[in-house]
Amino acid sequence: MAALPLLGCAGELSVLQPAGPIAGSIATLSWVMMIGSLFLTALMTAIFFFVVWWPRRAARISARAWIIGGGLILPGLVLPPLVVAAVVVGERMMPHDPVPRIEAHAQQFFWTFRYPDHGGAETRDLLHLPAGQPVDIHITAEDVMHAFWVPRLAGKLDAVPGHTNVLRLQADTPGRLEGLCAEFCGLGHSHMRFEVRVHAPDEFASAVAAETTPSAPEARP
Amino acid sequence: MSQDPIRLHKALSRIWATAPGFGRAAAVNHSIVGMRFMITAAFFFAVGGMLAMLIRAQLATPQSAFIGPEIYNQIFTMHGTIMMFLFAIPMLEGLAIYMLPKLLGARDLAFPRLSAYGYWCYLFGGLILLGALFAGVAPDSGWFMYTPLSSSTYSPGINADVWLLGVTFVEISAMTLAVELVVSILKLRAPGMTLSRMPIFGWYILVTALMMVVGFPPLILGSILLEMERAFDLPFFDPNRGGDPLLWAHLFWLFGHPEVYIIFLPAAGALSTIIPVFAQRPLVGYNAVVIAIIVLGFLSFLIWAHHMFTVGIPHLSLAFFSFGSALVAVPTAVQIFAWLATLAHGRPRWDVPMLYIAGFLVIFVLGGLTGVMLAIVPFNWQVHDTHFVVAHFHYVLVGGFVFPMLAALYYWLPQVTGKLPMHRLSVPAFWLLFIGFNLTFLVMHWTGLLGMPRRVYTFLPDDGWTWLNLTSSIGGFLLTMGFALVAMDVFLQRKLGKAFRRDPWQAATLEWAMPTPATPYGFASLPRVEMRADRLSPREIGPELAAGRGYLGHARNGWQETLGVHRVTGEPDQIIILPRPTFLPLWTGLSTLVVVLAMLFKLYPLALAAAIFTAGLLVWSGRDAGQPRDHGLMPAGHGLDLPLHTEAADPPPLLALAFALLATGTILASLLFGVVYLWLNAPNWPPPEVMAPGLVLPAFIALGLVAGPVGARLARGGVARGGTPWLGLGVQALGSVAAMVLLVLLIQDALPDPRAHAYAATSFALLGYAWLHVGIALLFVISNAQRWAGGYISPRRILDLRLTRLWQDYVAGAGLVALAVAMGLPALL
Repeated sequence: MAALPLLGCAGELSVLQPAGPIAGSIATLSWVMMIGSLFLTALMTAIFFFVVWWPRRAARISARAWIIGGGLILPGLVLPPLVVAAVVVGERMMPHDPVPRIEAHAQQFFWTFRYPDHGGAETRDLLHLPAGQPVDIHITAEDVMHAFWVPRLAGKLDAVPGHTNVLRLQADTPGRLEGLCAEFCGLGHSHMRFEVRVHAPDEFASAVAAETTPSAPEARP
Repeated sequence: MSQDPIRLHKALSRIWATAPGFGRAAAVNHSIVGMRFMITAAFFFAVGGMLAMLIRAQLATPQSAFIGPEIYNQIFTMHGTIMMFLFAIPMLEGLAIYMLPKLLGARDLAFPRLSAYGYWCYLFGGLILLGALFAGVAPDSGWFMYTPLSSSTYSPGINADVWLLGVTFVEISAMTLAVELVVSILKLRAPGMTLSRMPIFGWYILVTALMMVVGFPPLILGSILLEMERAFDLPFFDPNRGGDPLLWAHLFWLFGHPEVYIIFLPAAGALSTIIPVFAQRPLVGYNAVVIAIIVLGFLSFLIWAHHMFTVGIPHLSLAFFSFGSALVAVPTAVQIFAWLATLAHGRPRWDVPMLYIAGFLVIFVLGGLTGVMLAIVPFNWQVHDTHFVVAHFHYVLVGGFVFPMLAALYYWLPQVTGKLPMHRLSVPAFWLLFIGFNLTFLVMHWTGLLGMPRRVYTFLPDDGWTWLNLTSSIGGFLLTMGFALVAMDVFLQRKLGKAFRRDPWQAATLEWAMPTPATPYGFASLPRVEMRADRLSPREIGPELAAGRGYLGHARNGWQETLGVHRVTGEPDQIIILPRPTFLPLWTGLSTLVVVLAMLFKLYPLALAAAIFTAGLLVWSGRDAGQPRDHGLMPAGHGLDLPLHTEAADPPPLLALAFALLATGTILASLLFGVVYLWLNAPNWPPPEVMAPGLVLPAFIALGLVAGPVGARLARGGVARGGTPWLGLGVQALGSVAAMVLLVLLIQDALPDPRAHAYAATSFALLGYAWLHVGIALLFVISNAQRWAGGYISPRRILDLRLTRLWQDYVAGAGLVALAVAMGLPALL
């Protein structure tokens, strides 16, 4: 996989090209874990060929030491820091303080976004976000399960009929991003994408206000 | 005791033979049934593989016009369904059925007709799914069938019913085999083989089968509930009427997560058997490995929710499931390092199985590590439902199951065919598989990280996934060529391989101490095992057993005999007489097929009639099982006299019923979990209307339920004192009929319309569960009456009445719990 970065991490939907602090910390975590995994796989492969080709040297380590060292101590060194780091990163992603909210409502096969702080404006398959400010997305579903995902901003959460899930997002700079439905939802699942427009903080309100009526579904390729 | 091996062989072969031609359909022998499972599973693997090739062809280029979403959704759903339910599980069952008696030193499994019935259920269920695929109405909501997408509103066709009914049919097979394998391991071993002397493969299958006994019921229950919702509009999963789609997700993954370990453990068991042979020393850390797999079994039941990190679970639970998931790495690492230590302390030699073990190690370790990554919630939130996850579970399942099974194939093929392996095709086939696999799935991790979700039938050129997908597709076709080469290799070995005398690998387990290919009776006489059964010398033991110098080295009364032993110590405690070939499993399987097809096409009266017919067939066919008279102690060889299983204190059916109760008890527990889950979590509670039955009706139902255990004791006591069971049977019959009638009244009169709210639907399910189990109790009673009249029950042959008592005790307890919860819940609302 060492050659793979040559293929590039860039992409409108790339987890590894974060456009906000939350996706950024997950990307860092991803790199650490991927490099660690590759290192451990290489290590285990090397140990396997070592014991097969030079068993006499490998036998200097007692059987008990092999099992305790590899089975208990090695995971004991790797797992606790990993889980702790995950909890720390995860806590940072959680909604704690009240921030502006936007509602994302999923339906076969489009998204409706509502802005309760802006007089109930509504957009379809287009999400307006302010830059540099955390926003809570309240995710609901009309019919079947869907999932809300803007890879460059944060992880995904499912849209479950009868439930509301809250996902915190934050985008660093104004610009255009892409989002999609990540939970298989039927025939139109592959095309259930949406556009994200990140606005400078002072332009956000006017951008939302311009959306007085729900826009028609956009033509998609 | 020494005899002419040829004469003994001929005498035993006559007794154990299965008729040729059409008579093969009556086969119950474990070698035949096990091989059938494996060959059928290999066929379904080929079908699933072809579907995978269609997927890869479609995704090779962006905006491909090859397949539209209607067909594509069926293809990926069926690929997953076939690989999980029609390939992996039956393949491991087939291996266990074929190999276990041979490794444990028994002549067959405990219930040969049950395994044959299990095979027919598997085959017919698989054919239903396959038929739907060719008819273009295959399931298309993804292999985990999330509701509401799979509900009748959003999947109105027959597609989802095919999945729910077809897969449940196949799972009947899995349940019968799970019970079969647990009981066979605990009761049918070679004399002297204590549990701690058992070959390690036995431990793996024991843990696997126990996991199946409690792992499959949640999905069986979920499938029944969802089918009831689709067919009769009972809103278990409908959030508008107090149901919850997440309940399905929980039930599915309560099964689905242990399923992964159910698939992995037998493969790991094969590795733990094969690696010592090629390290030329016994397995290091036998005890540590046994503890590790038991721990793994338990852990796997605690972490189902890590498939659901994104559905919106409370933070504390996330941390728990995350930590538990990461913890799984520990018992897995213990096993891997036990294997490495075995190699380190042995004299490793290289052969084709070792090649696959090396391939396993690389692929599975990476798959395990991406599994740890996925246990980390923030990362999981990003890559869940992307191609990263697709790559991860192919690394785990192909690395953890397919590669070890290929090692097992090359290792045990000589045992099956009696021919030595040839290496000309084996090595290139391995490299094609290894390179093809990694090319397909290593880059797929990256595809996922670049944001490609799973289950999309197409993508855009701008998405940046074009080259990655093309690479995966090319790799996929190399992989397929590799499998084709393996198939050819197997065919050629069978045709052209050289015959050998005995034990070509210098292995140290019992399956190499028998003639190859295996004779229908397996061992001409049964060995006594005085040490751990992976340190034996098949070359010395083999001729001894063939000469009849072990136990049961005789042909007697035309009986198919094997030994039953104490569950733990392995000391013989009975002679088990196994059933001859019979068409009964086929007929029962066919009549079960009618039930399933009738439900599929919504012909419910026919389904009910066929179900009653199937039950009647089972009761009627049991009329002359066992022995019509007392035999007392019979010689078993080496001066040992033992009772027949019909007169033994601990006969296999008693244990089997106990595990069957564990399975149905898990169904009830899952249902209770569902009741509580909906009550606490589902939207639109409390229900608009609750049950108000008063106390008289429930009190009489309770009385009817309690009559079961009381009557069962009366029947048993009557026979034990030399009298008749009629009083006890009468009390039971009266109680059962009364309870069934009154339960129907309760449902009709006191319960609100089950279609109105999930509360009424779950109460209906609880009461229906009780009704069904009381009905089965009635079958027990009818069978007892029939067999008492036929002379198959006596004070010494009292097994029937013991079984009935055990069932009645469970039914009374479970029925009272179901009744109490259905009645008590409104008070708590």
